[in-house]
Amino acid sequence: MGHRLSVPRDQTCCGQPGYNGGHRQQARAVARSQLQLLADFDFVVVPSASCAGMFINHYPLLLADDPHWHEAALDLAGRTRELSQFLRQQQWQPQRRTSDPRRLAHHTSCASRRETRSHSDTRQLLLAAGYQVEEPANAEICCGFGGSFAAKFDRLSQRLGHQKLDACAALAAEAVVSADLGCLLHLESVAGGPRQLPVYHVAELLAPVSGGRRTP
Amino acid sequence: MMRYQANAFKRQANKALQDTTLQQALDRAQTGFVARRAKALELVDDFEHLKQQARAAKERALSEAAYLLERFECQVTANGGRVHWALDGAELNRTVIDICRQAGGRRIIKGKSMVGEETGLNPALEAAGFELVETDLGEYIIQLAQEPPSHIIAPAIHKTRHQVADLFARHHRQPPRTGDSIANLVAEARQQLRAQFLSADVGIIGANLLVAETGSVVLVTNEGNGDLSANLPRTRIVVASIEKIVATLEDANAVLEVLGRSATGQAMTAYTSFYQGPVQDDAAGSPQSYHVVLLDNGRSDLLAGPYRDILRCIKCGACLNHCPVYSNVGGHAYGSVYPGPMGSVLEPLLHELASTRPLPNASSFCGRCEEVCPMGIPLPRLLRQLRDRQHEQQLEPQGWRRGLGIYGWLSRHPRCFRLTLKLLRGALWLVPPPFWGQGRRPLRPAGRGTFVEQWHRASRNER
Ligand code: SF4
Repeated sequence: MGHRLSVPRDQTCCGQPGYNGGHRQQARAVARSQLQLLADFDFVVVPSASCAGMFINHYPLLLADDPHWHEAALDLAGRTRELSQFLRQQQWQPQRRTSDPRRLAHHTSCASRRETRSHSDTRQLLLAAGYQVEEPANAEICCGFGGSFAAKFDRLSQRLGHQKLDACAALAAEAVVSADLGCLLHLESVAGGPRQLPVYHVAELLAPVSGGRRTP
Repeated sequence: MMRYQANAFKRQANKALQDTTLQQALDRAQTGFVARRAKALELVDDFEHLKQQARAAKERALSEAAYLLERFECQVTANGGRVHWALDGAELNRTVIDICRQAGGRRIIKGKSMVGEETGLNPALEAAGFELVETDLGEYIIQLAQEPPSHIIAPAIHKTRHQVADLFARHHRQPPRTGDSIANLVAEARQQLRAQFLSADVGIIGANLLVAETGSVVLVTNEGNGDLSANLPRTRIVVASIEKIVATLEDANAVLEVLGRSATGQAMTAYTSFYQGPVQDDAAGSPQSYHVVLLDNGRSDLLAGPYRDILRCIKCGACLNHCPVYSNVGGHAYGSVYPGPMGSVLEPLLHELASTRPLPNASSFCGRCEEVCPMGIPLPRLLRQLRDRQHEQQLEPQGWRRGLGIYGWLSRHPRCFRLTLKLLRGALWLVPPPFWGQGRRPLRPAGRGTFVEQWHRASRNER
């Protein structure tokens, strides 16, 4: 697509754990360091809606009282895209259609619905690539991850995860795909027994039809 | 009575997850509420517009709350009633008890009131020797069961029909019903309550809105019980919190437009009543009296602060019904009067932070509450602010505090961050991740090295 891609070695974390965990000052410091690191790129493409949402919606809030940094945060917000959003905006086209015949359940994720509003981009990309994708019932309900929530309220988090996988299984889906890494980590950890579904990040499914090497 | 505590949220929640009867009740009720609201919203052209108007009405009211409340008092007085001010719950209870005593009453009937729950009005009245009957069907059920409400608009939502039937069989002295259909149960409760309505001396009701311009109290119900509670006894008492105030009837209407739809999926509830003064028509010729007791309980302090948004809450319950946490554990698990997202914001503000520690944390920040809130209250943001406050007051568990501290430091020191990730990756092959609960599969790292490492290795090889 004619872009030059960098993966800065010094990137660490968007600061969301601290931000959501009451460590506001720390989150501000992390945000400032990421803002510096990402200052010179035309686009910042993030393969997880939750982290993208942190850049887009929450950095400006977090740094609202500091004119200099607030401006930097707004600037980054304008340049940040969730991966599927970016690919769609850049009119990505698959090089070939997939030969993967599996039915996929698309876990839309709360962040891609409500933070980046890009869940339909993910779906459109997968459809364009020839995948069979469907949204499970209650797609707008959380899968139970929520970062530290999963650790603090483990059983509740697992229950929500099971409900999500059950809804996916009810579609007779053979795999789950999402644009959010946190949800995938969580869903993979609670999958098992009758809910044995492999989970994929959208990039893993787009790579093989983009001329990439690996097939999941 | 069952005791629930906010600080025991996790234990109570885990217990609720195991309670299959409760899960059945929650499932059915929850999906009903969600579907009904969705349908109601489909029927309006522009719900966003209605939301904006409701929100604007409430904002207007909050920005001149002191003036409007005074105006309300003047109007009520002019209409022949009396307004009493209660700084806290105890004062409200004392005031109500005094009014009941002066009225020479013994028997009280009561409509649903969350403010009454907040102040513990029922136990206070009973301790003062009054006989009290709840007339809202849900409240009546939980009064018999001696349980607190588990939802702000559907207090007995945690009970199945069969549990209610058993409860009635135990408490009502009457021949067994022919069936446990809902209609039969309602008829039986109605029969029991009718006698109470006629013999009561005092009626206490809550309020959904207070209208400054006219001094009206607006009450929204579906059973009409509130109206009977208000109209039959000689003495009528309204208990309400101060943020219920709106400036005009038009503003009240703007709020009503979104309230019914968000709460029960009704464009308008079955009964929307406006009370203006004492009961008018009295065949017995006995003195009539009308009192409005207004509760502050910390709310005026919230007006000027960073939590002001929560005062726009109209207690519609939509955020409870759509919350994945609430709908899986029910209201009792919260151990507080107000459960769910709005409760997790309000409770720590009404009480101290230390006695409600789990509540602001009991959210995955999925954002659905904010999405459905008709008053545009940024509930996740308010919960996050409360977590900030917990941190400032060192109320979070030590392990979390330290762990997040270290993680934050690492996030600002990329070399150390990378090194730690490397070590953790190695460790993950040997032990499950920390905090990994029972029942989860241990996940093993994929590929050789972190994504960033792999990327740089691959691009070196390409060069
Ligand atoms: S916070 Fe919003 S959704 Fe929740 S009860 Fe209040 S008004 Fe309704």
